[in-house]
Amino acid sequence: MTETSLDLSALITACADTIAAHADELTALDQAIGDGDHGLNMRRGLEGVRADAAAIAAKPLPDALKAIGTKLVMTVGGASGPLFGTFFMALGKELPAEPGRAELNAAFAKAVDAVAARGKSQAGQKTMLDVLYPVAQALAAGSTAADIAAAADRAAEATVPMKATRGRASFLGDRSIGHMDAGARSSALLVRSVAEALGGNA
Amino acid sequence: MSNVGIVIVSHSPLVAEGTADMVRQMVGEEVPLAWCGGNSEGGLGTQVGAIMDAIEEAWSDAGVAILVDLGGAETNSEMAIEMIGEPRSGRIVICNAPVVEGAVMAATEASGGATLKQVVATAQELSPA
Repeated sequence: MTETSLDLSALITACADTIAAHADELTALDQAIGDGDHGLNMRRGLEGVRADAAAIAAKPLPDALKAIGTKLVMTVGGASGPLFGTFFMALGKELPAEPGRAELNAAFAKAVDAVAARGKSQAGQKTMLDVLYPVAQALAAGSTAADIAAAADRAAEATVPMKATRGRASFLGDRSIGHMDAGARSSALLVRSVAEALGGNA
Repeated sequence: MSNVGIVIVSHSPLVAEGTADMVRQMVGEEVPLAWCGGNSEGGLGTQVGAIMDAIEEAWSDAGVAILVDLGGAETNSEMAIEMIGEPRSGRIVICNAPVVEGAVMAATEASGGATLKQVVATAQELSPA
């Protein structure tokens, strides 16, 4: 990935389109074991980012990512706001203006750690981290964009048999088993959107 | 007035406002008090911007104690404190306490001129260690 090949505006459009197309599905997943607002919240956040896309894309990459994070924090209206927002803010803080793959891998890993710290959570608790950690591993292993997207989908699927021990779903205890985590699903959707948009450049 | 301020954050604006009414009945105007709740579309939820505004409204140089209901209220409050930044962020504390009882206990303590540390400790006595 190089600076010249990165069309941030197109990436934002791809992510916002995906979340809009899957908002009902995300809400249904969240209704099963959470509070049922994840699809609406994520759509509100991504539409907020889309509305600022031109201004964001004009910034250097680190500042653009921080702006995306801040926008999500301020517009999502649920715990997902600070969690997804922290991911992009940390990514912006860690990435140089023209990152190579090694720098992307390192920054992504640190951004995932920042999400874990924000949510006071860890792997295996049936959260978005159960997608983000495997994606970080796939990145570090040098996987292609298509393989990373597939790893994200598998990881989201793997949250189905997990018992939630963090977040609203943890109130349900064993009844959280058998449902995919909504945040894991939205994370996988965003990873796939970005991987497909970057395609051969990643 | 330098009594500690109280901020109430609930997913439901009705819960937040009702809690604030109960606090006011106990302490009158002795304590800076603000509440927020609900998402930007009038549904249930919590918003970082609204929490930041509530902290400003209830600001006291003695500090601000925040009472929250469920997880997202806590995560969004933590984010709001971080975005307010130093040095004031060091004088804003989220209480680990039930929102209604915690707010009333914290405000009662605050109305007597207690420190932020004492106010938070009083609210947290309601939660099992």
